[in-house]
Amino acid sequence: MQEKSLQGAGRQSQVAGIDVGGTFTDLVLFDSEHGTVRLAKTPTTLDNQATGVLNALDAAEADLAALDLIVHGTTTTTNAVLERNLCKTGLITTMGFRDILELGRRTRPQAYGMKGDFKPIIPRDLRLEIPERMDARGNVLTPLDEDALRAAMQDLVDDGCEALVIHFLHSYANPAHELRAGEIAAEVWPNGNVTIGHTLLSESREFERGVTAAVNASVQPLLRRYVERLADQLAARGYRHDVLVMNGNGGMVSARHVAAEAAKTVMSGPASGVMAAAYTGRRAGIPDLITYDMGGTSTDVALIRNAEPAVSNEIEIEYAMPIHVPMVDVRTVGAGGGSIARITPAGLLQVGPDSAGATPGPICYGRGGTLPTISDANMLLGRLNPARLNSVPGGPTIESIAAIFEEKLGRPLGVSAIEAAAAVIRIANTRMADAVRMVSVSLGEDPRDFALFAFGGAGPLHSTAIARELGIPRVLTPARPGITNALGCVVADLRHDFVNTVNRPLHSVDIAAVHEIFAKQSAEGRRLIDKEAVAIREIREICSVDMQFVGQTHLLRVPLSSPTPTIDELQARFEQAYFHRFRVELSDIRASLVNVNTSIIGRRAEIDLSLLIDAGSRKPTLVEAQTGTRKVWFGEWMETPIYWRDNLPADAVIHGPAIIEQMDTTIIIEPGDIGNQDHDGNIIIKLGAAQ
Amino acid sequence: MTIDPITLSVIQSGLQQVCDEMDLTFSRAAFSPVIAEANDRSDGIYSAEDGSLIAQGAAGLPVFVGTMQYSTRTLIEMIKAGKVAAPKPGDIYIVNDPYLGGTHLMDVRFAMPVYRDGEIFCWLSNTGHWPDTGGAVPGGFSASATAVEQEGLRLPPVRLFKQGVLDEEIYSIICSNIRVSEQRIGDVKAQAAALLVGEQRLARILDRYSDDTVREAIAELRVRAAAQMRAYAKLIPNGVYTSVAYVDSDGVVDEPLEIRLAITAKDGELEFDFTGSSKTCMGPMNSVLATTMSSVYLAMRHIFPDVPISAGAFEPLTVKRPEGTFLDAQYPRPVSGCAAEVSQRIAESVFLALVEALPDRVTGAPAGTSGNFALGGFDPERNRGFVMYQISGGGYGGNVDNDGLSNGCSTIGISKAPPVEIMEQQFPVLYHRYALREGSGGAGKHRGGFGLDYEVELLRGHATASFVMDHGRFGPPGVLGGKDGMPNSVTIIKSGQKIVPEHLSKAQDIPLSPGDRVRVGTPGGGGYGDPRARDREEVAEDVRLGRYTEEQIRELFGA
Repeated sequence: MQEKSLQGAGRQSQVAGIDVGGTFTDLVLFDSEHGTVRLAKTPTTLDNQATGVLNALDAAEADLAALDLIVHGTTTTTNAVLERNLCKTGLITTMGFRDILELGRRTRPQAYGMKGDFKPIIPRDLRLEIPERMDARGNVLTPLDEDALRAAMQDLVDDGCEALVIHFLHSYANPAHELRAGEIAAEVWPNGNVTIGHTLLSESREFERGVTAAVNASVQPLLRRYVERLADQLAARGYRHDVLVMNGNGGMVSARHVAAEAAKTVMSGPASGVMAAAYTGRRAGIPDLITYDMGGTSTDVALIRNAEPAVSNEIEIEYAMPIHVPMVDVRTVGAGGGSIARITPAGLLQVGPDSAGATPGPICYGRGGTLPTISDANMLLGRLNPARLNSVPGGPTIESIAAIFEEKLGRPLGVSAIEAAAAVIRIANTRMADAVRMVSVSLGEDPRDFALFAFGGAGPLHSTAIARELGIPRVLTPARPGITNALGCVVADLRHDFVNTVNRPLHSVDIAAVHEIFAKQSAEGRRLIDKEAVAIREIREICSVDMQFVGQTHLLRVPLSSPTPTIDELQARFEQAYFHRFRVELSDIRASLVNVNTSIIGRRAEIDLSLLIDAGSRKPTLVEAQTGTRKVWFGEWMETPIYWRDNLPADAVIHGPAIIEQMDTTIIIEPGDIGNQDHDGNIIIKLGAAQ
Repeated sequence: MTIDPITLSVIQSGLQQVCDEMDLTFSRAAFSPVIAEANDRSDGIYSAEDGSLIAQGAAGLPVFVGTMQYSTRTLIEMIKAGKVAAPKPGDIYIVNDPYLGGTHLMDVRFAMPVYRDGEIFCWLSNTGHWPDTGGAVPGGFSASATAVEQEGLRLPPVRLFKQGVLDEEIYSIICSNIRVSEQRIGDVKAQAAALLVGEQRLARILDRYSDDTVREAIAELRVRAAAQMRAYAKLIPNGVYTSVAYVDSDGVVDEPLEIRLAITAKDGELEFDFTGSSKTCMGPMNSVLATTMSSVYLAMRHIFPDVPISAGAFEPLTVKRPEGTFLDAQYPRPVSGCAAEVSQRIAESVFLALVEALPDRVTGAPAGTSGNFALGGFDPERNRGFVMYQISGGGYGGNVDNDGLSNGCSTIGISKAPPVEIMEQQFPVLYHRYALREGSGGAGKHRGGFGLDYEVELLRGHATASFVMDHGRFGPPGVLGGKDGMPNSVTIIKSGQKIVPEHLSKAQDIPLSPGDRVRVGTPGGGGYGDPRARDREEVAEDVRLGRYTEEQIRELFGA
């Protein structure tokens, strides 16, 4: 313990962030003592992600003995859930309720179409019932039958289960039975892979709480094995410290503790990208952002207000698979550059929702794709560099792509291949803008109050058009858009979120008890942060409550300025927040206090993002940064200058039309728009008048 | 055609966006859980001339897909005829009269004209299911009503908002006639706010593309939607396709109601003829014409989900007015069951008629009931009355690709059922089981999904139980050789004695005392294809998971 706190107090000058994505493992290594940054991109190794992580460290020529901190984002748990590649897990639950996980909430996957398939996360024969029952107030109706419990545990062990879930009705109201079952599991269960439902989520709603617990249990052994193996391999190469792992709430937690709440790592990759965006925006003086992350197979959107990403406790990662722990609210709104364009039976051009995916992918990938996609349209219009096509011998050419556009889209629409490609981009941008708008409206925000933060391989190709569509005045593209998730690992804070349910009409709330909850949450958060071997610059505390009008079901998150609010202050802040969100005043109806929330955030030393682009690579003038020109379609062909990002002078000002290329993305500055590079190497594009 | 197809696509998605944003605004701000959680609402844009559907929100309740254009059309006709006051800018009409293009009284419609240069360009309208509109029973689902007056307050079209201001006099009449009225103002404001958001968003599109271009685009989109539906309808070979579906009873007279459907397919046009269906009934299982037509449309959209929701898509579908039958109810016939139950049986008749022609798209019959169980009573511990609703799902039909889904929501709905823990928090009840109904899925090569089996006890005070369910007499039919799903079952356990309601799936005000229990089994889905052709490993798996007993397997799957 003492050694850890010594480390914690020490300076951490070499920090590596490593994010494992679907295709690539990205690494960014900051050495603040020497003022250098190293980057690496290596293929993800799906069978064992650790191999890719080590490869990335090798590629960056990292000296593991000199590294002070490794922060890791992993898709181990996400993939396991989506592919149902899970550990054999058993569930023990209240008599009469074993099918809750299979019945769900009476839904179907889509509004129209009566087909659908659903596979429960734990099969029926591994869901066992025992006598025990609490009522809704937490009174014991049927005592816990410990013999039946032990027998059920033994049955599940005999069946070969590796992990166990204990999930009893109303355990949020009185956890005594679950806690006792946990004690018995500690004696009986052969390993530590035991999830006690209420400890992860202490809220009513048995399906959501049960699925959250079941997801946790069935990925826990996988995550445990993975991080242990990774830590061992890193140690064997000389790394001397803790590995930290990213959580879906955008904070990080020690690899030693992460498996206990494994469900929190699901969706951590996208969360980490949003954290990097918030960090970058704060340094750039643009703290209100909508992130637009468009890759080859998906497009994700999130909202950041005052450098704080919106967080949701109610994420559903796929049909009937809710994970109700606080996570950065990242919404997938589209299929990315691989979205397929086609003519509908009504003769209308439609883009998406289906995607060519990574294989075969767009035609221009040269992996056998034959259907026109957004990426191919970008290629035809000169927005992507056609020289890239030549790297595939015998692969597609501009002519062959044009022929496909002509045949599949141009002819039915009565336009040329180029016009068809331009139409694909226009329709795709419109649809994406609509989707971004729905995300911001659903969070009660007007997109015009934000700047668009564009990243991912295809984000900066489309972001200015989408911003224009939404009335957003500025677009920010960070220095290294393709490694944003890895950067998120480097800049992430330590973070612990707490939610306690009160659920009482406001006028009958014991406010002293509320103050006590806040105090307890705060103390627990600080205790957890103290345990981590990470240097902390400051601790921030964010307090909020969830409220609603009596009779309502939706909750509204109300931020507070202190952990000791009065009843009147709660009422006033709620009404204010409600009006801001819905433009409706309802002062006659009573309000109700549902949840009391605290987030404790341990901030780490400031990272100097200006190091992301090596100052030595910068040229003194814009002309010298120019690599050439090519014809690009902006409603007509325009001879457009092409620049290399790393060569741009520090204070570059670029008037559209222009294209900026770099290793991991292509940025388009449309005619009339102006790009300015700031001190951190961000390019901030101010949109000109609508075209 | 002068408008280019790309601008057309852009305007189409713009109009869709307007509706989706109205849906979102309505749900987010609404009070009633029926709207806020269950999304029992819909928003759309309708033409100025005849109210025909221009666009409707993708997340709207399916049963409203066809009704709202009739409601708006009727309103426009009544204004023209001088029966309703003419609008001024900022006016919003309220109406819930079922016979004027509606469903049941609880579905309250708002309609607002959108003005451009002093002329009405189009109408925006929305429907929201209010938790109560007065009448004999809380919530409005009286299983034994014999006239609409017993079902609640009926509003003709009146201007609830006049030039943007709520008419407090009309509102006070409404509030004096409905239960829990103090919370309704939240829903009213949400419903109006959704229309105002729609007006703003629509104005942006009109300003950008010009009124004439948008008008032209709307006309062209209508033509194209019709062409798309025709292209799909041509997948059905010319001929006549028939089916019969049964509603258990009307809740008053204990005999089944028949829906007899003959669909004539000719070169991409479909005519739906319900001639020969049962006569108008005494109880509340009548359907008004708008709901009957809407049920046909929503069934077709379940079969072809990618056809846009627009009047054009309905053009190739003609529904012959089934005069004199219970599918064309006139005042004062009670109609509370039409939106939730009869509509689902109409959709089922469409599925059954078309499954042989479209075996890759149509499934075995789904459970097809909303499973309404209402418990109203007095809780002495809280010293107040309560009304509890338990809606429940059932099995979906097997289909060409998969077994049917278990505990799916109603065919006409998209709403979630409340969690057991929330029910027990709010009401003096205790659930003893909430489980998969074993053996309920109809046998087939791909079997039907399973229904729900729950048992709930009244803990204290006193209460009465009412049921509006269906498929209690006959289970959801299997198709192409598949067997029927298990029928709905309701059992009341009073002082240890088991009682089955006379009408099986419908009953009104059965008194319960503390300790009495209600057990409900919802229908399984119909099977698809010959059960003997089912993969033997899947059969074994069903036994291993306890979904069927060995005996059931032998009997149902011939193993």
